[in-house]
Amino acid sequence: MEILIFSVVALMAVVGSVLVITSRSPVNSALSLIATMVSLAILFLLLNAPFLATIQIIVYAGAIMVLFLFVVMLLNLSKDEFGPERRRAQRFFAILFSFLLLIGITTVLSVGTFGSKSVESSSDTVVPAGVEPLARLLFTKYLFPFELASVLLLVAIVGAIVMAKRRL
Amino acid sequence: MVSSSAYLMLSAVIFVIGVLGVLVRRNILVMFMSIELMLNAVNLAFVALSRQLGNLDGQVVVFLVMAVAAAEAAVGLAIIICIFRRKKSVNVDDFNLMKW
Repeated sequence: MEILIFSVVALMAVVGSVLVITSRSPVNSALSLIATMVSLAILFLLLNAPFLATIQIIVYAGAIMVLFLFVVMLLNLSKDEFGPERRRAQRFFAILFSFLLLIGITTVLSVGTFGSKSVESSSDTVVPAGVEPLARLLFTKYLFPFELASVLLLVAIVGAIVMAKRRL
Repeated sequence: MVSSSAYLMLSAVIFVIGVLGVLVRRNILVMFMSIELMLNAVNLAFVALSRQLGNLDGQVVVFLVMAVAAAEAAVGLAIIICIFRRKKSVNVDDFNLMKW
Protein backbone atom coordinates (compact mmCIF):
# COMPACT_ATOMS: atom_id res chain seq x y z
CA MET A 1 0.00 0.00 0.00
CA GLU A 2 2.73 2.40 0.97
CA ILE A 3 4.69 1.42 -2.12
CA LEU A 4 1.67 2.19 -4.29
CA ILE A 5 1.24 5.65 -2.77
CA PHE A 6 4.96 6.29 -3.05
CA SER A 7 5.04 5.30 -6.72
CA VAL A 8 2.08 7.45 -7.68
CA VAL A 9 3.28 10.49 -5.75
CA ALA A 10 6.88 10.12 -6.93
CA LEU A 11 5.66 9.95 -10.52
CA MET A 12 3.60 13.08 -9.91
CA ALA A 13 6.65 14.86 -8.52
CA VAL A 14 8.88 13.92 -11.46
CA VAL A 15 6.24 14.82 -14.06
CA GLY A 16 5.65 18.13 -12.28
CA SER A 17 9.34 18.99 -12.23
CA VAL A 18 9.76 18.11 -15.91
CA LEU A 19 6.80 20.35 -16.70
CA VAL A 20 8.44 23.17 -14.72
CA ILE A 21 11.48 23.21 -16.95
CA THR A 22 9.70 22.60 -20.24
CA SER A 23 6.64 24.85 -20.10
CA ARG A 24 6.39 27.71 -22.56
CA SER A 25 4.55 29.95 -20.14
CA PRO A 26 5.97 30.92 -16.71
CA VAL A 27 2.50 30.60 -15.20
CA ASN A 28 2.37 26.93 -16.22
CA SER A 29 5.84 26.44 -14.74
CA ALA A 30 4.70 27.97 -11.45
CA LEU A 31 1.60 25.80 -11.30
CA SER A 32 3.63 22.67 -12.06
CA LEU A 33 6.04 23.66 -9.31
CA ILE A 34 3.11 23.93 -6.90
CA ALA A 35 2.03 20.41 -7.93
CA THR A 36 5.56 19.14 -7.31
CA MET A 37 5.66 20.76 -3.88
CA VAL A 38 2.32 19.24 -2.92
CA SER A 39 3.54 15.78 -3.93
CA LEU A 40 6.69 16.35 -1.91
CA ALA A 41 4.50 17.26 1.06
CA ILE A 42 2.70 13.92 0.68
CA LEU A 43 6.10 12.23 0.63
CA PHE A 44 6.98 14.02 3.86
CA LEU A 45 3.83 12.54 5.36
CA LEU A 46 4.95 9.08 4.25
CA LEU A 47 8.30 9.76 5.88
CA ASN A 48 6.72 10.40 9.28
CA ALA A 49 7.21 14.19 9.23
CA PRO A 50 3.70 15.69 9.49
CA PHE A 51 4.85 19.07 10.73
CA LEU A 52 7.18 19.51 7.78
CA ALA A 53 4.45 18.45 5.36
CA THR A 54 2.17 21.15 6.76
CA ILE A 55 4.92 23.75 6.70
CA GLN A 56 5.77 22.81 3.12
CA ILE A 57 2.20 23.45 1.99
CA ILE A 58 1.76 26.63 4.00
CA VAL A 59 5.14 28.27 3.39
CA TYR A 60 6.38 26.88 0.08
CA ALA A 61 3.23 26.28 -1.92
CA GLY A 62 1.18 28.90 -0.12
CA ALA A 63 3.55 31.83 0.26
CA ILE A 64 6.65 31.47 -1.91
CA MET A 65 4.85 30.27 -5.02
CA VAL A 66 2.16 32.91 -4.58
CA LEU A 67 4.98 35.46 -4.50
CA PHE A 68 6.31 33.98 -7.73
CA LEU A 69 2.92 34.22 -9.36
CA PHE A 70 2.53 37.81 -8.19
CA VAL A 71 5.83 38.71 -9.82
CA VAL A 72 4.91 36.87 -13.03
CA MET A 73 1.67 38.80 -13.22
CA LEU A 74 3.32 42.09 -12.22
CA LEU A 75 5.81 41.76 -15.05
CA ASN A 76 2.97 40.69 -17.34
CA LEU A 77 4.68 37.57 -18.61
CA SER A 78 1.89 35.44 -19.93
CA LYS A 79 3.99 33.81 -22.59
CA ASP A 80 7.67 33.13 -22.97
CA GLU A 81 8.58 35.03 -26.15
CA PHE A 82 12.02 33.46 -26.30
CA GLY A 83 12.51 29.73 -26.08
CA PRO A 84 15.19 27.77 -24.26
CA GLU A 85 18.89 28.27 -24.90
CA ARG A 86 19.55 28.81 -28.59
CA ARG A 87 23.09 27.64 -28.75
CA ARG A 88 22.91 23.94 -29.56
CA ALA A 89 26.31 23.21 -28.04
CA GLN A 90 25.34 24.62 -24.64
CA ARG A 91 22.08 22.67 -24.63
CA PHE A 92 23.86 19.46 -25.56
CA PHE A 93 26.56 19.86 -22.93
CA ALA A 94 23.97 20.86 -20.31
CA ILE A 95 22.00 17.67 -20.91
CA LEU A 96 25.18 15.60 -21.03
CA PHE A 97 26.56 16.97 -17.79
CA SER A 98 23.21 16.73 -16.03
CA PHE A 99 23.08 13.10 -17.02
CA LEU A 100 26.62 12.58 -15.74
CA LEU A 101 25.63 14.30 -12.50
CA LEU A 102 22.70 11.93 -12.15
CA ILE A 103 24.97 8.93 -12.74
CA GLY A 104 27.44 10.29 -10.20
CA ILE A 105 24.83 10.90 -7.50
CA THR A 106 23.19 7.52 -7.96
CA THR A 107 26.59 5.78 -7.86
CA VAL A 108 27.41 7.47 -4.57
CA LEU A 109 23.97 6.60 -3.21
CA SER A 110 24.27 2.93 -4.10
CA VAL A 111 27.82 2.53 -2.85
CA GLY A 112 27.40 4.44 0.40
CA THR A 113 26.37 2.66 3.56
CA PHE A 114 23.30 4.74 4.24
CA GLY A 115 21.42 2.86 1.58
CA SER A 116 21.84 -0.47 3.34
CA LYS A 117 18.89 -2.31 4.78
CA SER A 118 20.38 -3.15 8.15
CA VAL A 119 20.45 0.45 9.33
CA GLU A 120 16.97 1.32 8.24
CA SER A 121 15.04 -1.65 9.56
CA SER A 122 16.29 -1.22 13.09
CA SER A 123 15.74 2.48 13.47
CA ASP A 124 12.45 3.00 11.68
CA THR A 125 10.29 3.07 14.78
CA VAL A 126 12.54 5.40 16.77
CA VAL A 127 11.70 8.66 15.03
CA PRO A 128 9.15 10.59 17.07
CA ALA A 129 6.69 12.44 14.92
CA GLY A 130 4.93 15.70 15.57
CA VAL A 131 5.64 19.23 16.64
CA GLU A 132 6.90 18.77 20.20
CA PRO A 133 10.07 16.73 19.61
CA LEU A 134 11.00 19.00 16.72
CA ALA A 135 10.40 22.12 18.80
CA ARG A 136 12.37 20.67 21.70
CA LEU A 137 15.33 20.14 19.38
CA LEU A 138 14.93 23.53 17.73
CA PHE A 139 14.97 25.45 20.99
CA THR A 140 17.79 23.61 22.71
CA LYS A 141 20.37 22.22 20.33
CA TYR A 142 19.60 24.44 17.34
CA LEU A 143 18.77 27.66 19.16
CA PHE A 144 21.55 29.67 17.56
CA PRO A 145 20.60 28.78 13.94
CA PHE A 146 16.99 29.51 14.85
CA GLU A 147 17.82 33.02 16.05
CA LEU A 148 20.02 33.54 13.00
CA ALA A 149 17.14 32.48 10.76
CA SER A 150 14.89 35.08 12.33
CA VAL A 151 17.50 37.80 11.79
CA LEU A 152 17.87 36.58 8.21
CA LEU A 153 14.14 36.88 7.62
CA LEU A 154 14.15 40.40 9.01
CA VAL A 155 17.04 41.41 6.76
CA ALA A 156 15.29 39.82 3.77
CA ILE A 157 12.08 41.74 4.47
CA VAL A 158 13.89 45.06 4.74
CA GLY A 159 16.00 44.31 1.67
CA ALA A 160 13.08 43.23 -0.48
CA ILE A 161 11.05 46.33 0.41
CA VAL A 162 13.97 48.66 -0.27
CA MET A 163 14.77 46.98 -3.58
CA ALA A 164 11.23 46.97 -4.87
CA LYS A 165 10.27 50.52 -4.00
CA ARG A 166 10.00 52.91 -6.92
CA ARG A 167 11.44 55.86 -5.08
CA LEU A 168 13.40 55.57 -1.88
CA MET B 1 7.96 -0.23 3.54
CA VAL B 2 9.73 1.88 1.00
CA SER B 3 13.48 1.93 1.41
CA SER B 4 15.33 5.17 1.92
CA SER B 5 17.32 4.65 -1.24
CA ALA B 6 14.13 5.06 -3.28
CA TYR B 7 13.54 8.46 -1.69
CA LEU B 8 17.17 9.44 -2.21
CA MET B 9 17.00 8.37 -5.85
CA LEU B 10 13.87 10.46 -6.33
CA SER B 11 15.63 13.38 -4.67
CA ALA B 12 18.59 12.97 -7.04
CA VAL B 13 16.31 12.89 -10.09
CA ILE B 14 14.43 16.03 -9.05
CA PHE B 15 17.73 17.77 -8.26
CA VAL B 16 19.15 16.97 -11.69
CA ILE B 17 15.95 18.15 -13.37
CA GLY B 18 16.39 21.43 -11.48
CA VAL B 19 20.02 21.71 -12.62
CA LEU B 20 18.89 21.12 -16.20
CA GLY B 21 16.30 23.86 -15.83
CA VAL B 22 18.87 26.38 -14.66
CA LEU B 23 21.26 25.52 -17.48
CA VAL B 24 18.86 25.29 -20.39
CA ARG B 25 16.16 27.91 -19.82
CA ARG B 26 16.72 31.59 -20.54
CA ASN B 27 13.82 33.08 -18.62
CA ILE B 28 15.07 34.30 -15.24
CA LEU B 29 11.85 33.39 -13.45
CA VAL B 30 11.92 29.79 -14.69
CA MET B 31 15.59 29.58 -13.68
CA PHE B 32 14.60 30.77 -10.23
CA MET B 33 11.87 28.15 -10.04
CA SER B 34 14.43 25.49 -10.96
CA ILE B 35 16.56 26.66 -8.04
CA GLU B 36 13.55 26.19 -5.76
CA LEU B 37 13.15 22.72 -7.26
CA MET B 38 16.73 21.90 -6.26
CA LEU B 39 16.08 23.12 -2.72
CA ASN B 40 13.00 20.93 -2.50
CA ALA B 41 14.94 17.90 -3.70
CA VAL B 42 17.52 18.46 -0.97
CA ASN B 43 14.73 18.81 1.61
CA LEU B 44 13.38 15.42 0.55
CA ALA B 45 16.83 13.86 0.95
CA PHE B 46 17.20 15.36 4.43
CA VAL B 47 13.82 14.06 5.61
CA ALA B 48 14.43 10.59 4.15
CA LEU B 49 17.79 10.29 5.88
CA SER B 50 16.34 11.67 9.10
CA ARG B 51 13.76 8.90 9.07
CA GLN B 52 16.38 6.30 8.34
CA LEU B 53 18.82 7.37 11.03
CA GLY B 54 16.08 7.80 13.64
CA ASN B 55 17.19 11.34 14.31
CA LEU B 56 15.18 14.55 14.14
CA ASP B 57 18.13 16.77 13.25
CA GLY B 58 17.40 16.35 9.56
CA GLN B 59 13.92 17.76 10.03
CA VAL B 60 15.30 20.78 11.89
CA VAL B 61 17.66 21.41 8.98
CA VAL B 62 14.73 21.21 6.55
CA PHE B 63 12.88 23.78 8.66
CA LEU B 64 15.84 26.15 8.48
CA VAL B 65 16.31 25.51 4.74
CA MET B 66 12.69 26.49 4.17
CA ALA B 67 13.21 29.73 6.08
CA VAL B 68 16.31 30.51 4.03
CA ALA B 69 14.49 29.65 0.81
CA ALA B 70 11.66 32.04 1.69
CA ALA B 71 14.11 34.86 2.39
CA GLU B 72 16.03 34.14 -0.80
CA ALA B 73 12.87 34.04 -2.90
CA ALA B 74 11.74 37.41 -1.57
CA VAL B 75 15.05 39.16 -2.18
CA GLY B 76 15.64 37.46 -5.54
CA LEU B 77 12.24 38.42 -6.87
CA ALA B 78 12.75 42.02 -5.70
CA ILE B 79 16.01 42.09 -7.65
CA ILE B 80 14.28 40.67 -10.72
CA ILE B 81 11.62 43.38 -10.49
CA CYS B 82 14.34 46.05 -10.27
CA ILE B 83 16.15 44.70 -13.30
CA PHE B 84 12.92 44.42 -15.25
CA ARG B 85 12.11 48.06 -14.58
CA ARG B 86 15.37 49.04 -16.26
CA LYS B 87 15.67 46.57 -19.10
CA LYS B 88 12.03 45.63 -19.70
CA SER B 89 13.17 42.06 -20.32
CA VAL B 90 13.49 38.80 -18.37
CA ASN B 91 15.85 37.11 -20.79
CA VAL B 92 19.16 36.48 -19.03
CA ASP B 93 21.00 36.98 -22.31
CA ASP B 94 20.01 40.64 -22.08
CA PHE B 95 21.62 41.08 -18.66
CA ASN B 96 25.05 41.49 -20.19
CA LEU B 97 26.23 44.80 -18.74
CA MET B 98 29.17 43.24 -16.93
CA LYS B 99 30.14 40.99 -19.81
CA TRP B 100 33.53 41.58 -21.34
